[in-house]
Amino acid sequence: MRKRVRRRYLAIKVLSEQSISKREIVDAVWNAVLQLFGEYGASQTNLTFIEYNSEKSWGIVRCSHRALEMVRASVASVIEINGKPVAIDVLGVSGTLKALRKKVLL
Amino acid sequence: MKRFADLHLQPSVKDSDQVQQMVSRSSELGYRLVGMPLPPNVTRDKVRQLKGICKDVGIDLVTRLDLTSKTPRQLLHELRHFRRSFEVISVVCTSKAVARQAAKDRRVDLLSFPATSSRGRFFDHAEAELASQALSSLEVDVAQLLSSNGFLRIRLLSTLRKEVAIAKKFGVPVAISSGATNVHFMRGPYDCAAFASLFGMAVPLALRAVSETPLTIVERNREKLSPDFVAPGIRLVRRKKGCASV
Repeated sequence: MRKRVRRRYLAIKVLSEQSISKREIVDAVWNAVLQLFGEYGASQTNLTFIEYNSEKSWGIVRCSHRALEMVRASVASVIEINGKPVAIDVLGVSGTLKALRKKVLL
Repeated sequence: MKRFADLHLQPSVKDSDQVQQMVSRSSELGYRLVGMPLPPNVTRDKVRQLKGICKDVGIDLVTRLDLTSKTPRQLLHELRHFRRSFEVISVVCTSKAVARQAAKDRRVDLLSFPATSSRGRFFDHAEAELASQALSSLEVDVAQLLSSNGFLRIRLLSTLRKEVAIAKKFGVPVAISSGATNVHFMRGPYDCAAFASLFGMAVPLALRAVSETPLTIVERNREKLSPDFVAPGIRLVRRKKGCASV
């Protein structure tokens, strides 16, 4: 029997003085993962952007539960996007989307 | 629930707005105690004002002094002068002689090393052995890792991995701080712990480095600085009115 894939959902909040688009956030996080862990490491994360609200500057990212610390470190390592200083906070982590929404009240 | 502490928040102390901004963000990130390096000649009114700002957002402020002495003799002189005025003393070890003196002195709480060059880091076996006997901790600033990239970050991660392994071997506590000079370099305790996994610290150990280790340092020093402190393990419990002072 195939083992069930365990995932983790991360709620993120982007702190920036200017508005950041979804494309910019996705590129920044992927670049951070690639910079810290390389292509081999990035392939293990199974990173996917579930949603991003550019007005409220929050989003949800999904990754493999084994790569949670890698993704957390990568997300935290983003300090600028297109020359604009930013900080990305992880508001909460959960195993299901429903629990995550409940936890961080999105 | 864990209480988290960030012993190295570096706003410009003269700029109250920046202090307010950074302290509020610390509170949002889940910290309950922050340390700010202050100038040696800071006035009591300034400290009271800063403590007031922190108290408004539910944060406990720890006064900290960063010593950047050039010689061991100068370090001893500065420790003699300032130890009783600050709750935490950190020594930025710029030379091997200063690093050794700081590691063996019980008045030093934190040993920090400049990130700019790997040759400027003197945390080796001898240093760790001295530090383990004197109860000083190794401080790692997350901002150093955030602000560097490419080859510099690779070198820094490699050096930190070696230092953390040595610290673990000799039982030297590691304290992880933000070292942030603005709000964009501030990260939550769990993010700092995730960062620490990059240089070989397991997550439980890294969480201890942002909670128990700094809290223990502050608790120990506050007890020592309290007027009721007599000697390690002995403190004044009660004063009787009729007792004549010695």
